[in-house]
Amino acid sequence: MTEPRPQDAPRRRATGARRPASAPAPEPPSTRAPRRGVARFGRQSAPWAFLAPAVVLFALFLAAPIGYSVYLSFRTEKVSGLGLGSGSRQEVWNGAANYVSAVADPEFLASVGRVALYGLIVVPVMLGSALLFALLLDARRTRARRFGRIAIFLPYAVPAVISSLLWGFLYLPGVSPFYWVFERLGWSVPSLFSSNLVMFAVANIAIWGGIGFNMVVIYTSLRSIPSELYEAAELDGASQVGIAWRIKIPIVVPSIIMTFVFSMIATLQVFAEPTTLRPLSNSISTTWTPLMKVYRDAFTRGDLYSAAATSVVIAVATFVISFGFLRLVQARAFGQEER
Amino acid sequence: MTAVTARPDVVVPRAPRPSTPPSRMRPSAPATAILLVGAAYCLLPVVWVVLAASKSPAELFSTLTFVPSVHLFDNIAELSAYRQGLFWRWMLNTALYAGVGAALSAVVSAMAGYALAKYSFRGKTTVFNVLLAGVLVPGVILAIPQYLLLAQVGLTNTYWSVLLPSIISPYGIYLARIYAAAAIPDEIVEAARTDGAGELRTFVQVAIPMMTPGLVTIFLFQFVAIWNNFMLPYIMLGDDRLFPLTVGLSGLLNQGASQPAMYTLVVTGALLSIVPLVALFLLLQRFWQVDLAAGAVKA
Repeated sequence: MTEPRPQDAPRRRATGARRPASAPAPEPPSTRAPRRGVARFGRQSAPWAFLAPAVVLFALFLAAPIGYSVYLSFRTEKVSGLGLGSGSRQEVWNGAANYVSAVADPEFLASVGRVALYGLIVVPVMLGSALLFALLLDARRTRARRFGRIAIFLPYAVPAVISSLLWGFLYLPGVSPFYWVFERLGWSVPSLFSSNLVMFAVANIAIWGGIGFNMVVIYTSLRSIPSELYEAAELDGASQVGIAWRIKIPIVVPSIIMTFVFSMIATLQVFAEPTTLRPLSNSISTTWTPLMKVYRDAFTRGDLYSAAATSVVIAVATFVISFGFLRLVQARAFGQEER
Repeated sequence: MTAVTARPDVVVPRAPRPSTPPSRMRPSAPATAILLVGAAYCLLPVVWVVLAASKSPAELFSTLTFVPSVHLFDNIAELSAYRQGLFWRWMLNTALYAGVGAALSAVVSAMAGYALAKYSFRGKTTVFNVLLAGVLVPGVILAIPQYLLLAQVGLTNTYWSVLLPSIISPYGIYLARIYAAAAIPDEIVEAARTDGAGELRTFVQVAIPMMTPGLVTIFLFQFVAIWNNFMLPYIMLGDDRLFPLTVGLSGLLNQGASQPAMYTLVVTGALLSIVPLVALFLLLQRFWQVDLAAGAVKA
């Protein structure tokens, strides 16, 4: 990256300083220099200079932590004697032992089972509703579309911790309007924080927070369908439901797959909602989800090594899911700029 | 938050639909009703918090939630008094983490995306693929090793520990590359160079203005992502004067388990913390839609 040479500045100001800002691209001058082979000083190093901050930050805050995590996952702390005094604790190579114990840990397995069930509730309900609302927003016969779109997208602006707080109070029998009504009706309703129902309580928060975003993604994809595609069907008397089912949904399938994969990844990482709800419910343990277990192992127990191994296991699972998917769409996603 | 969709096409504005006979345009009551039920579900907690924040601590547990009261300003005053305005400090911290973090992230992403879209150089594909792999790395998994590494250089429990890891956004770079490729014609870059502009000048004066809508989208996505990121500040920070709102309020709720009077503070705090974001959101809601469209469809 080079500063413009001093004599360049006035010339540039005179010729075309405002030009690039104008939206429609003016025709390039026919006398312009051939595109390649103009060996301007700095042309070779410029892309690297532009990339430098990203590459450095990537190395420091993504690559290095991943490498360090993997390294730690193969280590352990060996305590000699009573574990007192300096030198009595030593970090040593531990092979795959951390992984073996991480994967065999019943608490870990229970948390994975919980997250699997949680995902089975959250992902279909969230994406199904997102698709339904997107189709309703796209249907001309629906009224209040603008209001509906804003209202349903609004939870995206509320962070998971705050939405957990809000729902937490709505679940809390002493505060909740629902329990107030149920009491007046003389019904006894089990607490949503009981061990059977807490899963649904947490799932509801994730669904609430996620519908709007996924709806907008699917809706966007619906809006990019040229309407001629189904106008013909409409003229032939196809019902709106028929059009949605036979034409619209098949076309937005790629978007749905994408939102599906991202929802699964988010499910594997669920942490903020149960952590926030913990003070309100006795049914959420410190190892309720895999990531909560990682947190507990690392910071409550101080066992960084097994926490690292568990992190790596979760990361690998995430990679397997997302890479499988990315291979599926990569060819389409990056075709546009290769000429 | 990630928002890639699989549609690679450039946005095709939908042609105006030919006017349909009025009989075909009759409103559908069931469709509207379902949409309104969805809207009501999404607004319920928001409406609740507005009403609940108006109640005194005694009323919070004794009156029907959906009956408003008159203590909103008392509650705000009490919250402001809590430990000499700690709450407002959390709010400033949040603005700092999310605002500054997202702005820096947009700049870094713009530079990298521009380089990847508009230059050909050895190693470009490799660099892009490695950066792209970063999109798939679950951010929260990184938090613990990030903590350990920052602890070694003594940066944990500082503003830097939350700010620095938030700047790098592989997804932002990915979006920026797509925006730069679509929005900046090669001819314009060439013309700027022919006119004698250096590489940096071409980037700042030519590329940036053309990428602006895309950069605003990247800023907004990253803003929400940082604002949402709970685990990173939760792990990094011990001093509650450095907390963002989310970590601060979650801590207050924790105390509420033993002192129910705290609940009023938590509820009021939750309301005050969503007000600015919801306002920003409603203000930019057109913009969100347009740019989500551009971003999501192109991505």
